[in-house]
This record gives sequence, structure tokens and C-alpha cells, in this order.
Amino acid sequence: MALKALDIFKLLPKTNCKDCGCPTCLAFAMKLAQKQTTLDQCPHVTDESKAALEGASAPPVRLIKIGTGAAALEIGNETVLFRHEETFYHPPGIGIVIPDDLSEEALAAQVEKLAGSKFVRVGTDIAINVAAVDDVAGDADAFARTAAAVASAGVPVVLVSSDVDRLAKALEQTASGRPLICGATPENWEAVAALAKSERCPLAVSAPDLDALAELTQKIVATGVEDLVLNVGGEDLAATLQALTAARRLALKKQVRALGYPSLTICRIEDPMANMSACCSYVAKFSGVVLTTLTEPEALLPILTVRQNIYTDPRKPIQVEAGLYAIGAVTPDSALLLTTNFSLTYYTVEGEVEASRVPAYIGVVDTEGTSVLTAFASDKLNADNVTAFLNSDDVKAKVGHRKLILPGYISVMSGSLHEESGWEVMVGPREASGISKYLKTVWQGA
Amino acid sequence: MKLMETAVEKWSGAIQEVTLGAGADAGGTRTSTIKVGGAAALPFMDFEGVTPNAPVVAMEVWDCEPTDWPAPLREALGDVVKDPAEWARTCVEEYGADAICLKLANTHPDEGNTSPQEAAAVVKAVLAATSVPLIIWGCENDEKDNDVMPVCSQAAAGERCLLGAVTEDNYKTLVAACQADGHSLIGLSPIDINIAKQVNILVSEMGFPLDRMVMYQTTGALGYGIEYTYSIQERGRLAALGADKMMALPVICMVGQEAWRAKEAKATAEEQPTWGNADTRGVYWELATAATLLQAGSDIMVMRHPDAVRALKGVVGNLMK
Repeated sequence: MALKALDIFKLLPKTNCKDCGCPTCLAFAMKLAQKQTTLDQCPHVTDESKAALEGASAPPVRLIKIGTGAAALEIGNETVLFRHEETFYHPPGIGIVIPDDLSEEALAAQVEKLAGSKFVRVGTDIAINVAAVDDVAGDADAFARTAAAVASAGVPVVLVSSDVDRLAKALEQTASGRPLICGATPENWEAVAALAKSERCPLAVSAPDLDALAELTQKIVATGVEDLVLNVGGEDLAATLQALTAARRLALKKQVRALGYPSLTICRIEDPMANMSACCSYVAKFSGVVLTTLTEPEALLPILTVRQNIYTDPRKPIQVEAGLYAIGAVTPDSALLLTTNFSLTYYTVEGEVEASRVPAYIGVVDTEGTSVLTAFASDKLNADNVTAFLNSDDVKAKVGHRKLILPGYISVMSGSLHEESGWEVMVGPREASGISKYLKTVWQGA
Repeated sequence: MKLMETAVEKWSGAIQEVTLGAGADAGGTRTSTIKVGGAAALPFMDFEGVTPNAPVVAMEVWDCEPTDWPAPLREALGDVVKDPAEWARTCVEEYGADAICLKLANTHPDEGNTSPQEAAAVVKAVLAATSVPLIIWGCENDEKDNDVMPVCSQAAAGERCLLGAVTEDNYKTLVAACQADGHSLIGLSPIDINIAKQVNILVSEMGFPLDRMVMYQTTGALGYGIEYTYSIQERGRLAALGADKMMALPVICMVGQEAWRAKEAKATAEEQPTWGNADTRGVYWELATAATLLQAGSDIMVMRHPDAVRALKGVVGNLMK
């Protein structure tokens, strides 16, 4: 939680010496609160004040990096409990749990699957971006062999075992890839923390409840291991969601630094539908690493999509790709309706066209994600860019007529658009809800 | 646990409790009635307040055969979709639906354009075939709905059905009908808190009690605007917990209707060979939409696929443990 200017002021020398470049200590405090300057500009601040202020300016949820290079996963550093308050910044890692008792062929197939678990949605790749190796065989060699194979898939790895010898064995080959060690418990923490320290890897910590968890993270931090992740479970849906929420809330609103780390959940629920539902819930409720025993694409795609949706920035309008969209079994004679690339506008129009069951094209103009009226008012939707769209190769190739249906609200544009493009401009309904009727009655074919 | 207590937020309000269905003691014929809402905490956060009533898992039934529903959905439901009463009975007895949501799609002028009397006959048949609470949706054509809904309301008088939907431009006819016949109402407002409030205010100014109202803020499917619905519902729940009575009404989500429009639910294996099993993909999509929205604070989930219903009931059970 950021300190207010007055709280900072109390920790400053209050001499108004101007050495920091500000006229008064209070002015300096205000700049610090707004993060416009840094504390080292003040040569006179005491060490005690420095420690207090630096502690307060550290992010409430620590940023943790798992893996290395371009594929590394960064989680944490979140600032709000509700996405509408600002946004969620670091999308969680979503990964599959691979047991270490697979046959060589089965393991190879899993690793191959892992590398291929990628889908394209609204022009963006969404993919599995972490993988866990699960110590079920109880055998250090099996665990290390599986870890090495999984690491070769190129995604950050989580090593799931509470046995320090098996973890050490697996780290011999994988430590350079900075895997997440998962991890420390109230029983094994000294040895596992020492391992995390010597191998310089992040460490997931688990305990029976949040109090024990906070106590344990403090003990581990005291040994010099600071990159921690809170393993809050994943089997019991209600208890896991409550722990996720409480941990985030305590870190953000109650300044509980012992819980100021991203969370991790491992879902091994056998029923695939229950498992997927739990994972979707954990993604929505703050989990930084969501691990699941599910491997089938139809079960993973929804979880990845929840992440994509929940972690979009609500302050920025979501856009669809500009271009020509065909709805239903279109022919070159099908109607062409114009709209903007604001996703809500587009999906509303698409839904209505689809519901009408009249095959039609929707022409989407890039208006920087603004709706029809806003785009028109700010000149992001005008005769020029609509004409450019109508002259595009895609329209030329697919649309065999020259009639455009314009949203009713911008009928005033029809004259200039007709002149500019030479197309016949038809004025469509004002609201998308009128599209079905319009396509069935007014539209008489090309 | 000390820290769990530190984490508690003190809320001053709670969601309004609404009763669906009326039993013999209240003038109806339902043997099962349901309470929705009542939560005094963020969704399922038992450490800070009670969630007295589990979210309701309802199933959508149409007054005509829905010929354009995707194949996996039609195959799972089978031939019962040809008969609304049989369809509703199957949903309750075989799939465990807590309530039935009857959509009068066939009354639409562009569809069957059936008469108010024909629609009312379907309402009566569904009521006779089931003993759970009934939700009745019009065809979303204001003019036709204003003809049809009062007749259906009367046909179901005393059953405390949930009728929808009223909007800020069209509410008087349905409010009057629900008032006369003892039903509850769904207020529709597309993802806008201010319009939602406005609808609730307009309806309550007609003397309609808030404890007989539910909000429908439209539902975005996973991948198709779910984040808007999610955030509107979170904001609504926070406002309600902050004692804003006009935002403290339970929320209904048309999950099946929206999820089964998604490409991810509908596409065949030939169209999308890398998206996995096409028979279950839509079920996962519907279930994921529902599971995610439950986390934002939804109270009535209207579903379509029997397997998604079964799984969602399991999820609700785990959340309410």
C-alpha cells in the first residue's frame, strides 16, 4: 500500500534545506508519494526512515519470475482486488501437471502436446505457458528424468515434490532454467529453502492455513530467499477461493507483507468438468499459477480464454480485427452491413445478423475501438476510411454488388460516402435489434 | 485463524432475498420453491458473511423445437424438444434442474407468431408437467410481448413465476400483470449499472416490491464479452454490500443461450481439428461461462446442455460446502 505524502513527510528531516531540489520537505514528500522523484535525492534522510520508506514503496504483491528468456513467466505485482478498479497486470501461468511415472512414449507424447497447446483467439495466441512435474513415483531418477524432458518443451517448469533429495536431483539438470520449486512446507522448509537459495530459484510455500503460511514465508525470507509463491491448494474449491481472496486482500489492504506474493493452485480433481470449473474460478480469483491435470484441448481452451478475458484492461476498449466478416452461407449477392471494430458493437451486430438467419457480410472499419456514434463524432469513421474499406481487395473479391447498409445513427454520412465511393448507401436501423427485421423486409437483394 | 479474521471486510448491506415459485400454502401448486439472493458477502466468501442460498441452476425450454441449436446440444436433448411439457419434465426429473426457464420464442412475429392463448396453453402444460418454479421469457418483441405476457401471467396466476423482461422503455404492461397475478419480474439493462438502477426505480415507483425483482444485465459468453458481465456484476455486488438497495437484487444469467452461440461451442471437428472433442467442447464452454460468472456474483444460471447442468450443480455444491 502506497504511503500518503503526510506519512512520508513525518519520516523526512523537516529542515527544508532544499538539497533535494524541492522548496520544502513537504513538497519533496508529495513528489515521492506520486513517484515523481526518488528518496536518494535527499542526502540527510536517516537509515531508519530509509528502511521504513523503502519497505512501504515495495510493491504489495512481489513480482516473481519463473523460467528464463522470452518464455519466462512473470506473476504478481498486482494492485487491485477487482479488475474494474484498474486492471489485472500479470496474467497467470496456466499449465498441465505431468506425473513422473509415465512410460517413455507417454512422456514424449505429453511433451509434444505441451509444445503444441496453442490456440488463436481474436488474433492473439493463447497457450499453455508453464508445466509442472509431479513427484508421484517417489523416485529421484524418475523425477529428474521427467523434469529434464519437460524442460525441453521450452516452457517454465514447476517441480512439485516435498522431498529435498528428489528436488535436488531434478535441479541438477534444470536449475539454469529457473524452475519454480514447489516446494517448502512447515516440515521441510529449512532444507528446501537452502536449495532454492543455492540454485537461485523461486520457491512455492505451502502450509495448513494462512497464519502458518505467513509464519513460514517470514522464516524463509529471513534465510535470504525472497522470490516466493503461495501454494494455497486447489482441491477444495471453496477453501481455495477463500484463501486466494484473503491472501490478496491482506497483501493489498492490510499490508501483510508475509503474504505479499503471488499464489499458486494445483487442481488434481478427477472429474474433468469439475476440474476445469475450478481452474476457471482460480484464474478469475487471483491465482498466479494455475496447474491442472487436464490435458485435452476442449478442456484447456476455456481456461485459457478466461485468462484472456479477465486480464484484458477494462480501461481500453477491446477491438476486433478490421475487415470483412461473413455470417452464414454468404454469396456475392449477400447484404453488406457496416460497423466499427469496438468488440461490443461488433458482437452485437454479429449476434443480430446471425439470429436473422439471413446470410450477410459485416464490414468492420478500424475506429480504434470506439462505437459507431463516438467514432463518427471524432472523425474515426468517415467517408474516407469507409471508402478505403470498400475498395479493399477482400470486398472486391467477395462482394458482387455495390450497396452498403449504413448504421442508422450516421445516416447523415450517406451523401458524402456515396460521392466518395460511388456505392449506393442504404440507411439501416439505428439499433442492432432492428437488423433482423431490416434484412428480412427492407433488404431486397443486391 | 487470525489472518482470516483480519481479512474480513465489514459490509453494511446484503442482496435482497427473492422467492421463486409458490406452494399450496401461498396459493400456488409448486412442491419445490426456491430462495435466491440474501448473500451478505462477496461470492462464497464464508469467512466474511453468509451466502444463505445456493445459486439456482435452471434449464431453458422453448415453446417450439429449436431447430438451429448446434448438433451436440440437440443430440443430448433428443426428441423431447418437440414437446415443451415433456422437455421441461425431463429437465427436472432426469437432469435435476432447480427451475425451468420457458422461452416463448415461437410467439415472435418472425417465427410462429403464435397467439397469446397458444402461449398460455404452453405455460399451463409446463406448469402441469413440473413442480419446480417457472421463469417465463417473452420473445423480445415489445409489442408482441405486451400482448402475450399478460395472458401467460394470468394463466400462471398465483404460481409466483419470474417473468421477463421489463426495460426502461417498456415496463408498465408487465409490471401491472405481475402485480395482479402475484409474479416476480426480471429487469433488463444491457451492462449498465445506471440503467439497471433506473429500471428498478421505475418499477418500484409503480408500487412493485423490490423483493420480487431480479436483474438481467445481459450475459456475455466466455470469449464474447464475459469480462463486461463479470465486472458489472462485481460492481453490482459491491454496491449492494455497500447498502445500495436499488442494486441489491439477485442477478440472472442466460448462460446457455450465449455460450452456444460461440464458435468454440459450435464448430465441428472438421472446421477446428485442433480444438478437441467437438461433442463436449460446447459443454465445457457453457460450463466455463457459468463457473466464471458465479465468481462475480450470479444467482440464477439458465443453462441448456444436460451435462453442463449436472456439472454446474456439482460446482455449486462444492462452493456451498
